Amino acid sequence: MALLDISNLTVEFQTASGMFRAVDNTDIRCDRGEILSIVGESGSGKSVSMLALMGLLPWTANISADKIEFDGRDMRSIDKNARRKIVGKDMAMIFQEPMSSLNPCFTVGFQIGEVLKFHLGLDRATRRKRTIELLEQVGIPAPESRLSVFPHQLSGGMSQRVMIAMALAADPKLLIADEPTTALDVTIQAQILELLVGLQKDKDMALILITHDMGVVAETAERVQVQYAGQKVEEQAVGNLFDKPHHPYTSALLSALPERATGRELPSIPGVVPGQFDRPPGCLFAPRCSFAQDVCNKGVVRQDEALGATLCNFPVNVGKADTVKPAEAG
Amino acid sequence: MTASPLISASNLGRFYSVSGGMFAPSGTVKALDGASFTLEEGKTLAVVGESGCGKSTLARLVSLIEEPTAGELLFEGEPASAQVPEHRKLVQIVFQNPYGSLNPRHKIGTILEEPLRLNSDLSRAECRKRADEIMERVGLRPEHYDRYPHMFSGGQRQRIAIARALMVNPRVLVLDEPVSALDLSIQAQVLNILAELQEEFNLAYLFISHDLSVVKHISDEVMVMYLGKVVEAGAAKTVFDNPKHPYTQALLSATPVADPHRKKKRIMLQGELPSPLNPPAGCAFNPRCRNAIEKCRAEAPALVFDEKTELACFNPTPL
Repeated sequence: MALLDISNLTVEFQTASGMFRAVDNTDIRCDRGEILSIVGESGSGKSVSMLALMGLLPWTANISADKIEFDGRDMRSIDKNARRKIVGKDMAMIFQEPMSSLNPCFTVGFQIGEVLKFHLGLDRATRRKRTIELLEQVGIPAPESRLSVFPHQLSGGMSQRVMIAMALAADPKLLIADEPTTALDVTIQAQILELLVGLQKDKDMALILITHDMGVVAETAERVQVQYAGQKVEEQAVGNLFDKPHHPYTSALLSALPERATGRELPSIPGVVPGQFDRPPGCLFAPRCSFAQDVCNKGVVRQDEALGATLCNFPVNVGKADTVKPAEAG
Repeated sequence: MTASPLISASNLGRFYSVSGGMFAPSGTVKALDGASFTLEEGKTLAVVGESGCGKSTLARLVSLIEEPTAGELLFEGEPASAQVPEHRKLVQIVFQNPYGSLNPRHKIGTILEEPLRLNSDLSRAECRKRADEIMERVGLRPEHYDRYPHMFSGGQRQRIAIARALMVNPRVLVLDEPVSALDLSIQAQVLNILAELQEEFNLAYLFISHDLSVVKHISDEVMVMYLGKVVEAGAAKTVFDNPKHPYTQALLSATPVADPHRKKKRIMLQGELPSPLNPPAGCAFNPRCRNAIEKCRAEAPALVFDEKTELACFNPTPL
């Protein structure tokens, strides 16, 4: 049984101009000790689906799913207090902007200690000892002296390390990292990614890495799930995804990378991600897809696992041996 | 004057003095220290480095937003000055964040025509005509003329910002991280437009970026900066294929490559960028450098010509 098993998750937001669907029938599965990467452009619903799992969405959000199971527990029907005992303990999350996710009014030591007090009920002296251990684990030099430091006294990389220490405080089974290095410089990004992957291996945690950077995906992930406009369009092991992407969107995205370009002209994807009012009736990628045919405007089928569960009528990079489910209209 | 390059800078520097507060002594931040380069017509010079290395300060100096406190900046052999109208028209800038650089209360038409109203005496109809031309050129539709910035996506806004920069027929565009706020599929569209425009108008680009894969794709020459100083400069291909400075090597190896089968051989940089208020003695990079020798801690290396590239290092090693 997978540690995290979400199927058919849909998240809609009430807006002044009607319902906006941010996540559309998405499945997410992640096993113990695995690194799953969710990749997609802005607005593809990658963060929202994780926030829905954590219960961090505002009341305007409408969440529906066939199944949201974490560690054998149904997270849909769980009450608020029981959820508080899981979130931050068994699953923890770190965010994109380390500078703004720490509370500026409290010291680093206090903020990490809070987790230890709430979830583990440690006393003051043990908390202090454990906090120092944690700071050491995430590679912060001179941890004793950092306990009384306020977040504004730390650099971006250091703040992210503190966030990681806080997330790891209660030994989570699942760590969700939402664009953890986007706001950081490349040399610091390399340090933080190395740290995350190292800790994941040591503790045998599951790690869900949300990112838009294909380079980060290639270097850290084991399995990759590609999101487009709220839908999961493809899921493959990292090596296969980069060698043989089956969805035209993944394929186009990979060839738009400057480092893969052969000429001066980059192969770009025309148009933009559909918004609230111009959502296509059939395949969401059809208006921008170079393989789209009439049938794609009516509906789209999901291919089987061998083809990366691609949500496409005409998947690309299909060898002769593979058989493609025929596209059905409507 | 045909012999002078479009832009040449020698020992360009910008120092800021900071007051230290009631008890602390005041200090000087050398945001940019001794940068020398030339920019030719139709070429792209890329400036790369991490935050705080002075690349945006350089952009502000070249686009005449600020004046240098040291060194000399020449436009076609003449000292550059914001007082000379021709100089202001020669260089235009495109900023990183297209959400912050367009006035939300102005229509696109007004935004585009403003540079012309300030810098030329064209009539309203002529301004409108020019705006329509440029909008078409960057891939915006005529009906966008009467819309407000909030109605556009990030990629379209960046096109508007590029269009605005092109209104006065500049010969140099300073591009300060023009694609780093954009999604990958949109990034390729904007890079393609930039390449087409460069060919069509023979523009020179000063391309500021931290994304090395973009820089590798677009630039002819590259300048790597660290803590306000140029550490390595030369033809892009030479620098990327055979980086000599330990910082360039670390930067290249830290950049994630979208190839899961590639064997990782990463040079991990220890620590972080030192405070520019209190830079380390000697070479600014020495506390994080794996090649540092005694001399590096005592004196700062000068940028000298080394085979094909310029290099500021006492102890370079091939990768």
